[in-house]
Amino acid sequence: MTLRFDLPEDNFADILVRAFTNRSFLTGFVITALVAAVAIVSFFWTPFDVTRLIIADKTQAPSPAHWFGTDHFGRDIFSMIMVGARNSIAVALVAVGIGMGVGVPLGALAAARGGIVDEAVMRLNDLVFAFPALLSAIMITAIFGPGALNAIIAIGIFNIPVFARVARAGALAIWPREFILAARAAGKGKALITVEHVLPNIVTLLLVQGTIQFALGILAEAGLSYVGLGTQPPMPSWGRMLFDAQTRMGVAPWMAIFPGMAIVVTVLGLNLLGDGIADILDPKSRRQR
Amino acid sequence: MTAYLLKRLAIALITLVLASMVVFAVLEIIPGDPARLMLGMNASADQVELLRNQMGLNAPLAARYLHWAGGLLSLDFGRSYTYSVPVIDLIRERIVVSLPLALIALALSTIIAIPVGLFSAGRHGQAGDTIAMGAAQLGVAVPNFWFALMLIYLFAVWLRLVPAGGFPGWSAGVWPALKSLVLPAIALALPQAAILARVTRSAMIDVLSEDYIRTARAKGLPYRAVLWRHALRNAMIPVLTILGLQFAFLLAGTIIIENVFYLPGLGRLVFQAITQRDLIVVESVVMLLVAAVIAVNLLVDLSYAVVDPRLRSRQ
Repeated sequence: MTLRFDLPEDNFADILVRAFTNRSFLTGFVITALVAAVAIVSFFWTPFDVTRLIIADKTQAPSPAHWFGTDHFGRDIFSMIMVGARNSIAVALVAVGIGMGVGVPLGALAAARGGIVDEAVMRLNDLVFAFPALLSAIMITAIFGPGALNAIIAIGIFNIPVFARVARAGALAIWPREFILAARAAGKGKALITVEHVLPNIVTLLLVQGTIQFALGILAEAGLSYVGLGTQPPMPSWGRMLFDAQTRMGVAPWMAIFPGMAIVVTVLGLNLLGDGIADILDPKSRRQR
Repeated sequence: MTAYLLKRLAIALITLVLASMVVFAVLEIIPGDPARLMLGMNASADQVELLRNQMGLNAPLAARYLHWAGGLLSLDFGRSYTYSVPVIDLIRERIVVSLPLALIALALSTIIAIPVGLFSAGRHGQAGDTIAMGAAQLGVAVPNFWFALMLIYLFAVWLRLVPAGGFPGWSAGVWPALKSLVLPAIALALPQAAILARVTRSAMIDVLSEDYIRTARAKGLPYRAVLWRHALRNAMIPVLTILGLQFAFLLAGTIIIENVFYLPGLGRLVFQAITQRDLIVVESVVMLLVAAVIAVNLLVDLSYAVVDPRLRSRQ
């Protein structure tokens, strides 16, 4: 027997109507879907081959042939941004996965057990929070050397306490509710209650936090690749493209302008999507608007 | 109040000790013998062993940790492998760039964000609010190092108002030194200001809908007085929390921004140390920044008690 606790206003049709009338959600959804589509298309097709260097075409300004111009090796910037999207999304997605996969069980455990377990999880959180993602990336790089995988691990580790906190706070608000009491009276254990009743009720919170961390992950990956700790050449990445652009600002400003805009648009889209989801699914935040 | 303060202090100390263990463990995992690294490949096994003894590398793990941690407390971080000078001297030389940069950025971000947040909350739902929050939404999405590149292009390459990078040193005079920190500070501050403005706005909107605000207005206090005396103070807790978190991001951010502007700060030091495998420098700078983050978070916790009398009276 599964006890469900649904707010009367939360049926699916209502949510759909709210989604299609919410400007944040719609804009964010369209932008995010577009970026994802570009990343998927880049697997099959890009206007130019990003692995071929054509020195004769180097640092050309934007033109009908090269929409965003070319870089110092004659590679097409538009094509590189397409492939870079794939890279950014992969790194941020796996990092969010690590954060959720480890953080949510920890937070749920802390809320269910309380006492010393809760205290231990929270202190562990404080510890990880003391290492900003860039610092852990620096330490990981010092041990294993630079690379995309180490960037994923560093950003992922930083995501763990974020999700642990959100899951714990959300779960603590659910535990005192009547339907939990009913489940306990029915003889269910804490683990089963957490999986069947607590987690489904905090999915919204986790989803919203997930989009925020996804956006932060894309910013962090770009930052790490920019300083040479993340994705390594020849794999195109937005951060690395900005690094290459820096010394050529005077001759080829388009090398810096377009990859940066790609980051801004992607992060903006994800943030709008997150705001939109929070608006649609969470009555409290709707009131605040 | 005392119990609250003691608990926060204890938590900060425990976190600091655990963090130092993590950093120490990382240095232990790293392959390569520091003694061999310093002496070079041609040194004999006896020479290496002698230096290992001198450096205390043959002592038991716990003893080495205590020795290292004790050194940190007296600001003795050890000697740099590549520069052969005490690490503390390198840090002292570089921190006079990084710390002012982070502080200017923090001040700038606060000065911009709080008025914008108050403005938006006061015009909740109106055109001014929508425009300000649209700009903030955009600001949150801008990576600070890209923003820095755009600033360099506009003000240094195009308008030639400020240098594109480098640092003349404080000995060249306060004004030339400050001038080279202006663009980096703006690049660091604006994205943070966007976040802070959003938090200030939503905290103020929450507070302004409280009953005591209506009471204060009803007893005839002008809106301005209610805003500053009653509302802002109550909205400060979330704002302070974010300010504390932002200091961590600003410190980490200086590391990247210093690389954009070729500023000789801690960030440049750390990256040079990574490429030269000068691990003791990497470890010391990381430990210093982690300690700074923990200290700032403790300060934020303590300032809650100052801002919120309810926390003071509790126990």
